Amino acid sequence: MSEQALRMNHVFKRFRRGDQHDSLRDLIPSLVKRAVRKDRERALAPQEFWVLNDISFEVKKGETLGIIGHNGAGKSTMLKHLSGIMVPTRGSIDVTGRLSALIEVGAGFHPDLTGRENVFLNGVILGMTRAEVKRKFDEIVDFAGLEEFIDTPVKRYSSGMFARLGFSVAAHLEPDILVIDEVLSVGDFAFQRKGIEKMRAIAKSGATVIFVSHNLQAVAEFCHRGILLERGSIVADGPTDQVIRRYLDTAVSHGERTVRGPVRIVATSISGAGGEIGRFSSGSKARIKVILEATQSAEKVAVVIQLFDAGFYDVFNTSSERLGYPPVRLDAGQRAECEFEVDLHLGAGTYYLGVYLYRYDMEREYDHIFPATSFVMTTDRDTHGAANLYPVVMRLEALNESRRAASVAGDRSPGGLTP
Amino acid sequence: MIDALRELIRNRELLYMITWREIRIRYKQSVMGLLWAVLMPIIITSAGVVVRIAASRVSGRPITGADIGGIGVKALPWAFFVSALRFGTTSLTGNSSLVTKIKFPRLIFPLSSMLTSLFDMGIAVPVLLVLLPFAGVGLSLTMLWAPLLLLILVIFTAGLCIAMSAANLFFRDIKYIVEVVLTFAIFFTPVLYDASVAGRWRSILMLNPLAPLLEGLNSSVILGRQPELRWVAYSACVSVLLFWSGVVFFRRLEPRFAESV
Repeated sequence: MSEQALRMNHVFKRFRRGDQHDSLRDLIPSLVKRAVRKDRERALAPQEFWVLNDISFEVKKGETLGIIGHNGAGKSTMLKHLSGIMVPTRGSIDVTGRLSALIEVGAGFHPDLTGRENVFLNGVILGMTRAEVKRKFDEIVDFAGLEEFIDTPVKRYSSGMFARLGFSVAAHLEPDILVIDEVLSVGDFAFQRKGIEKMRAIAKSGATVIFVSHNLQAVAEFCHRGILLERGSIVADGPTDQVIRRYLDTAVSHGERTVRGPVRIVATSISGAGGEIGRFSSGSKARIKVILEATQSAEKVAVVIQLFDAGFYDVFNTSSERLGYPPVRLDAGQRAECEFEVDLHLGAGTYYLGVYLYRYDMEREYDHIFPATSFVMTTDRDTHGAANLYPVVMRLEALNESRRAASVAGDRSPGGLTP
Repeated sequence: MIDALRELIRNRELLYMITWREIRIRYKQSVMGLLWAVLMPIIITSAGVVVRIAASRVSGRPITGADIGGIGVKALPWAFFVSALRFGTTSLTGNSSLVTKIKFPRLIFPLSSMLTSLFDMGIAVPVLLVLLPFAGVGLSLTMLWAPLLLLILVIFTAGLCIAMSAANLFFRDIKYIVEVVLTFAIFFTPVLYDASVAGRWRSILMLNPLAPLLEGLNSSVILGRQPELRWVAYSACVSVLLFWSGVVFFRRLEPRFAESV
């Protein structure tokens, strides 16, 4: 049970930022430069950085491990090292057993080949023998739900069908260690559920599963252990929910930020009617205020707010536009303020507020901060879950008639509780 | 080196599937289907015939069926070499999604490009064998040299494909250099002409490792003579050396493929 499946020993990986010479034309000047300077090993040149910085951990057989972290924290690079696609600059990685990595669904699919041909091709690419693929072929196609399209070239598939077939091939690999990167974010909701179920079955069969995802809910649901990566180092390693909480807390201070457009969020806040911040009692009113600023002029800016619970479940979201408020036009340098009033009918716990700015008619996202801030809800009654329905117990008492007597009397519950 | 070969043998199904994919795609996309494999050699042979006609006008020596047959016999391996090297050079960069997303021995890419071109040649060879009698070329025992000569050609081509694919991954202008070299190489390789044309410079021409193989094919298949064994041995040595160093070069660079592609 406690057998080791995988182990990383002080793994370092050096990356180079910016342009690399990838033609002979550029190589010659840089060779001259390198001949002049002689700091090859260990030390980092200014444009170099450690994308993995002294990573050590061990995974036991049968464990389910989730790896989380912000964009650019080194998650994908770590997976590529685990799966042997990349080789560390220093340190070593030991793998016991057959490891299959699913970094991208349908990598190696060729658009001109049919579904059937691609299943065979992809299966062998991912490490099955042809005989194995043949044996599992019906199961694979059935799982993807694509029987009728299996002889159609995959270029005619929708992206969902493509992803389903790709995942399905990978899900039937029967590896000792399965490494998965973000692939469950594809396909429709029903298929995502099916995918998680399948992964769970794989884990139950004794395989070790390592899962990288932005979908914290899926990580929380599926993994027993979590590792939080930050700028190439492990900052937390332990039970998943603790690690996720740690991640969300650091996320509040950094804010996962993606600015893509001419408008950006300057400040967000949530405060109660009495001016309270960070801690609200269930049922109270609060105002969410967003200040935005245009760096260039922008048309039709709308504001979205979303609330997530500690399990990263999207509890609530809406936008100024959906609430019937017309979007604004901003000149360069102009600021705008947007204020929502909400009734916090939420259960006890920690919640995270996300904000983004977008333009609906062009489906363009301008700026996105998640989580912008977090707050704690308290309730006067002990309930679980994100919604507070203000429950009151109306009645709980032992009944006089015995159950036997009641069933003799025509199988009808006493007191008219059933129609 | 031994490791590399062992790994390849372990992954032979993968090599088979990737090659199968290349062949399937190449023939699915082209309307002409299998004719494609025959087309390049026909064009090269026609060019050779034109050159020969011009030469015979000058020298006054009439062209024989054996001359034309000889060009055909050399055109096939040359077409194979050119297409293998062309596809082989871009085989890693063209499969970048597989190189960065999935772990498996990357030697498979240049090798499968080479095998795909070999498949093309495999289709063209029977066509040539059917046509040869019309050029007045009969069967002869010396034809048994041909498989050996082709094997040496395959080793040479594979070595070059392997080295160039890795080089092109790091320096993207390699593929243009390869194109340029291939365009001019036909002048320095006895494809359209016989090496004897060079007169006393013939030995220099034969230093091109392809020359002894093509000349050998001509003499064994068309002329019914034994190839020049010393030159063939030279080609074989160069080919094995090239293959070996290509694999070593490739394997040394392989760990850096995923981050450089």
